[in-house]
Amino acid sequence: MNSTPTLSNTRSTSVSDPEELDTAAIRALFPILYRSVHGYPLVYLDNAASSQRPQRVIDRISHYYQEEHANVHRGVHELSTEATAAYEEARTTIAEHIGAPDRSEIVFTRGTTESINLVAGSWGPDHLRAGDEIVLTKMEHHSNIVPWQLLAERRAAVLRFVDVTPDGRLDLDDLDRLLGPRTRLVGVTHVSNSLGTINPIAEIARRAHDVGALVLVDGAQAAPHLRVDMGALGCDFYAFSAHKMCGPTGIGALWARRALLENMPPYQGGGEMISEVRLDGSSWAEVPHKFEAGTPNIAGVVGFGEAVDFLNDVGFDAILSHERALTTYALERLRSVPALRLYGPREDRVSVFSFTYGDIHPHDLSTILDQRGIAIRAGHHCNQPLMDHMGVAATARASLYLYNTREEIDALIDGLAMAAEVFGGVS
Amino acid sequence: MSDTSSPTGQAFPDRGIPTSLNTLYQEVILDHYRRPRNTGALEGATHTITMNNPLCGDVIELQLEIEEGLIREARFVGRGCSISLASASMMTGRLKERTLDDARDLALKFTRLLHGEESLLDDGDLGDLRALAGVSKFPVRIKCALLGWNCLEELVGDAGEETSSATASTDTS
Repeated sequence: MNSTPTLSNTRSTSVSDPEELDTAAIRALFPILYRSVHGYPLVYLDNAASSQRPQRVIDRISHYYQEEHANVHRGVHELSTEATAAYEEARTTIAEHIGAPDRSEIVFTRGTTESINLVAGSWGPDHLRAGDEIVLTKMEHHSNIVPWQLLAERRAAVLRFVDVTPDGRLDLDDLDRLLGPRTRLVGVTHVSNSLGTINPIAEIARRAHDVGALVLVDGAQAAPHLRVDMGALGCDFYAFSAHKMCGPTGIGALWARRALLENMPPYQGGGEMISEVRLDGSSWAEVPHKFEAGTPNIAGVVGFGEAVDFLNDVGFDAILSHERALTTYALERLRSVPALRLYGPREDRVSVFSFTYGDIHPHDLSTILDQRGIAIRAGHHCNQPLMDHMGVAATARASLYLYNTREEIDALIDGLAMAAEVFGGVS
Repeated sequence: MSDTSSPTGQAFPDRGIPTSLNTLYQEVILDHYRRPRNTGALEGATHTITMNNPLCGDVIELQLEIEEGLIREARFVGRGCSISLASASMMTGRLKERTLDDARDLALKFTRLLHGEESLLDDGDLGDLRALAGVSKFPVRIKCALLGWNCLEELVGDAGEETSSATASTDTS
């Protein structure tokens, strides 16, 4: 794509001052932010569910289909070579972005959910005996619970869940109580999708490794908002998705230590993942191709790489400081609303805000805010065990990203006032 | 609270409450949400069912006392949004002394109302339930309004088959 002038132009729209993000310039890169909803400008505060993508990611995918597409790793013709190069270049970009020591440690999947299922399905059966234990937390998304439930049922293994403190953090003393000689794996989310809590992964990994357990991290909510570094985190598996970080839907990655991947059996069989197929047996391709059976989501991978390039061109430091400033402002504004109850910690958190507002059910709140063009999530956020633990059935959730502004938080606060009016007051 | 919407239901002031919201959240609905009728345990219940909406976690348990094809008493216990609870509250108020066929007809009529059939606004049989007609403008909320009615249809179906009068308890969507 480096030969396409239009694309290299869009590439240069980086924002240079690391201290402050020019939000107006950033917003101008996201076509969907120009649309209106119910006659109001769109205020998109549902980024923890899925982010929006900039024009250059959309263009990159179009360009791939218009100029570069053929199947990868198969042909010797020019297009196949270009498609393979674009696909593998994205793998390098993503590996470098998360500080993976080796680019072949990145396995492309459909997303975080499939990445976790890959580990449960491939690593799980060979490493779990009856009575072995997997330690998860009460903060996990359903996608980091259900694959382990399915596995535990098949292997008669035991699941244990680390408690959550009243201010929405993991209880590390409880983790110590649960870790033991039978713990084979600790599965933990890097950032809570409901509470915004950033969990101390390096510390958790150290404790887990002390008892000989491996550590799988659900990075779906962390990769878009934090600098993640596989070397510093010390985990063994890291799962994340493109669509929450300005990339396409249906594509994500699993990072795992190369030695682990080499010893794991294939997750799915098919083309691409083999070395040699004979009627009496087959041998497998090298890592990571062993885990990428069938024609992959090439356009998705290429778009994923472009999204990571985009975020790095904007500057992760600038994004982080913008989000920190917005978080401070949002917490201050939300706390000033009477009858509003915020969940989650005050510090060590990202810009995800779960709350309830008087006796207005989150679904009603979401319907009312939507009429003002404000998109928030309402419900259990695929976090039913956590909701049960907090004693609520559902919360409203506003989640921010690099293109959100203080004015949008003000719009949310105004929207809450309107909701109170619709309900004839809140209590 | 309905002052800000124009009588024609068209334009609304910039910062005001959109008409669609005032139509959806009428006072009678908020009243049933905050002071639900016919709640709590029904001692003579012959048929009970709990259903949830897995998308949002709303739950309604409906209890009916059915005697010789007649609904003698109806009560519910629920957790959910204003639309699902108000709908269940109003529904239980209109079930007493109805035959099973009659209850089924009411459910059918109510469903048609939610899908925007305006002639039903004149149907006195629906009573207060007509206040929920505004839901038709919010398709994603129709499921909320129907949660209690899905319970009803299950129980009426069971009772109709007369398979047993034992207490049924399932947890389906």
